[in-house]
Parts: sequence; C-alpha cells; structure tokens
Amino acid sequence: MAENVKPRVRVPGTASAGEVITIKTLISHTMESGQRKDDDGNTIPRSIINRFVVDFNGENVIDVQLEPAISTNPFFEFQATVPESGTFNFTWYDDDGSVYTEAKDITVS
Amino acid sequence: MKKLAVAAVLSVSVAAPSVADETANLVLNGETQITVRADAPAHVDGLSEIISGWVFRSDETQALQMDDFDNPGMIFVDEARDTWNEASGEAGESCASCHGEPESMAGVRPVYPKWNEEAGEVRTLAMQINDCRETRMEAEPWGYTSGAMANMEALISSVSRGMTINVAIDGPVAATYAAGEELYYTRTGQLELSCASCHEQNYGNYIRADHLSQGHINGFPVYRLKNAKLNTVHARFKGCVRDTRAETFSPGSPEFVALELYVASRGNGLSVEGPSVRN
Amino acid sequence: MKLTRRQTMLAAMGTAAIAALPIKASAAADDAIAAFTGGAELGEGGITLTAPEIAENGNTVPIEVSAPGAEAIAIFADGNPTPAVATVLFGPLAAEQMAATRIRLAGTQDVVAVARMPDGSFVQARQEVKVTIGGCGG
Repeated sequence: MAENVKPRVRVPGTASAGEVITIKTLISHTMESGQRKDDDGNTIPRSIINRFVVDFNGENVIDVQLEPAISTNPFFEFQATVPESGTFNFTWYDDDGSVYTEAKDITVS
Repeated sequence: MKKLAVAAVLSVSVAAPSVADETANLVLNGETQITVRADAPAHVDGLSEIISGWVFRSDETQALQMDDFDNPGMIFVDEARDTWNEASGEAGESCASCHGEPESMAGVRPVYPKWNEEAGEVRTLAMQINDCRETRMEAEPWGYTSGAMANMEALISSVSRGMTINVAIDGPVAATYAAGEELYYTRTGQLELSCASCHEQNYGNYIRADHLSQGHINGFPVYRLKNAKLNTVHARFKGCVRDTRAETFSPGSPEFVALELYVASRGNGLSVEGPSVRN
Repeated sequence: MKLTRRQTMLAAMGTAAIAALPIKASAAADDAIAAFTGGAELGEGGITLTAPEIAENGNTVPIEVSAPGAEAIAIFADGNPTPAVATVLFGPLAAEQMAATRIRLAGTQDVVAVARMPDGSFVQARQEVKVTIGGCGG
C-alpha cells in the first residue's frame, strides 16, 4: 500500500428525496505517472489510483477510470440523487492492488 | 548597470496568466474573513500597502484556497492531526498530552518567530516544535523542512487562520530583526538580486510568466501546485536565493531565522492563511 | 546603450519564455479518442467543457465536464505523452452527468471531452489551455 493514503469525502448529512446533492472527494496519493525519472536517470515506475467507484445502497453513481494525467491527490466533484436514506460507499483502486474505502450515511427526510 | 540588468529580466512581459480580480476578498468556507490587504506596518519603508500573495494568483488558484475541502493542503493538516495524538519518543508523550486539542494552538502562529526567554534565542515555529520533540517527548527532531514538520506547521497555522500576524520586532529580537532586514536588502548571486528587487520594487510585475507577489509568508506552509506538496518558509527562501544563482543559507540557519522574523514582520496586519495554495 | 553580455543573455532568457509554442496534437490522441468512440463521427453540442484559458501551473489544472443525459464522458489531453485522462461512467443515481477534477498538462494544448449518448452517438467539446512556465523554480 502506498504511504499515507487518506480519503476525504464531503456529503451532506441530510437531503430531501430526489434532491440533487453535490459530492466532493479527495484522496492523498502521489499518482506517480511513469513519465518521470529519478536522479540516476531511471524511469520511476507508474503507481496510480486507476479506478474510483461510488455506489449508494448498492446502486452506482459514478465509475471513473483514472489515467496518469490525473493530478496528485485526485479530486472529484459530481452529483447524485438519493431516493432514500442510506449509505454512500466510495472505493479507490490502486495499481499496487490496494483498495481504499470510505462510507458516508445520509438521511432523507 | 546592475539596475539595467535587473530591468531586462523584469520588464519582459509575456502572455500572462489571467490575473484574478485584484479587488477580490478572501473568505474561507464562507465564514473566516482573511485580511488580504492592509496598511503597511510603520517599520516597512518600501511599501505603503501590504498585499497577500493570494491576490496575485489566478482565479482558479484563488478558488482552491476558499474551501477547506478544495484546499489540498488540508490533507496534510489531517495527517498532522493523527500525528498530534500519537505518542512518540522515550517519554511516551504526544503533542496532545500537554496541549490537548490542536485548537489550543490558536494564536501561536501569528506571533512567530518570537523570543524565547528561557532559551535566550529567537525561535521559529519549527524550532519550537523540535524543542518539544527533543525536550518533552525525548523524540528525534524532525528535519527542518521535512514533510512531518511542514504538516505540523500547517496544523498549527490552520487553527489561527484569520488571526492577524503580529510579530514583535523590538526588545530582545531587535538584533535579529536588524540582521534579517540587512539580508532582505542584500543582493546575492550572479543575478545580483535581493529579496527587495522582486518583492518590494517589482511586485505586480512579471518575471517570465510568474506574477511577482510581495513575498509575505503569512500563507506558509504553502501547498504549491508545482510540486503538489506543502512547502516550508525556509525551503522557499532557499529556492529564491538559489534562483539568484547564489550559494544559499541552510534551512534552520541563523541567517534564515533572522530573515524569517523580518519577512514575517513585513506582513504584520495580514491574516494567517496557512496552509495556503499557490502556483 | 552598449549591451553587455549579461544583458544580452538576460534578454534572450526573456524571449525564450515567449516561445512556449503549443504542443502539436498527436496521432496518439486521435487513436485514444477512436478507442473510446469506435471511430464514430463526433458531433457538437450537448457537452460543455470548462477549463482555464491559461493555467498557472500544468501540474494541477481544474476542469469540469457536463453532458446532460450522457452514459459516459471521456477526457483527453491531446498533447500529453499519454493522451487519455479519465473516463467517467454515469450510474442510475448520477443526478446530472457532470464531473470536475484536476489534471496534468505537459504544455499548452487542447483538452478534449467526448460524451457517449444513450443512442450510441458521440459529441465532443474542445478547448485550448495555455500552460505558462514560471520564472521561479523555488
């Protein structure tokens, strides 16, 4: 697992049924592109988060394939509809096989 | 002739980044008012108004600092919160053991560097953090510009955001202040540039495509888009001096401590912004 | 005024900064877009790409794409060594088919967003982003 990988997500705690809510996510990760060289001239191998998936109560919101052109500490903002109270599950997949997850509950009134 | 050479560098104006509305005001998270313009302190002869580096950045870069979630520097504040609570060193103490919540540090960042009576020296925040680590925690000191140090400085700064920088310049620090001022106006390197050449006489102009700021350090540590990490004051000083094509002083050296005190005091009246976002 | 060697060199350095020519669109970019579209024709309209006209640093360029009703949006940087940037698939709970992120641009170039619509058609939006090279390595 890459060092110091820390997911952050911002989801409103409450919403009304069918309301459009904005979600922001940020995860600390170097996103080593595979294009850089170290001081000895050797290529630093690619090591990125290659996929990011957001589900709500088992249904998909977005599924993103990331390439090395995504900046260090990948940030995403997108919009979701919540039909009922439940849980957002956020999953980041690392090139090295690590999987980072975060969950946030939302109450629909 | 030296002046002409400098002018040749500085007068080159290229397609510049879209400069933000220079009258823009900075409010963090819709609630914390940041003072980005103020009357220059009386001891700064070369400026009538002091302006935060935030004002000189593009709309997009400015926006990154306006919300803690958008500010990538806050990732490192979160990391430092974990470190704050972790016991480290032989004494088995954490920062929290003595200081409680990091919020108890509110008011610390605005007055550093400052005189430490017991030690009989001027201390930067980094020096104070390492003194805590070595003396209280019996832990290894952190590298002066290391990631761990930058993160902790960011945490301690973050809880003072919006508070007014108020660094003392007289009394026991007078000699350090004078040494820092001397350095600020001393031309160094093959390019023969002083801090003042760019940040006092030419702020607002472009050096190649860089929009020169007044060089205040109220926003440190700074998350730079360039290297996507937090940057410390002394690492930035080192970069600036190196860019004049000079041998630089070392981070943590008496020279840079003096320069930090002087430069910090030039920003007396601006708000603590760290961790800020710059290009 | 007689120019000294130093002044001449400094002036030349300044000129070099102006000569930041756009990176030429690569065949690789066309191939990457074709891989997403299957070679289908690209229409216009119904997709919005928001990106800065000039980026202060190519390392972190904020962009936003939006294509109401799209199944997927793929983003490309046509001058990067590998042009693909990201592909966003929208699930049933995506309220609006939009996403904002931060991307790396190797230099001045076009950013291209291509949306796949439910009827199998594709639309694109394209914008040039100028990437400046600062004077201070710091």
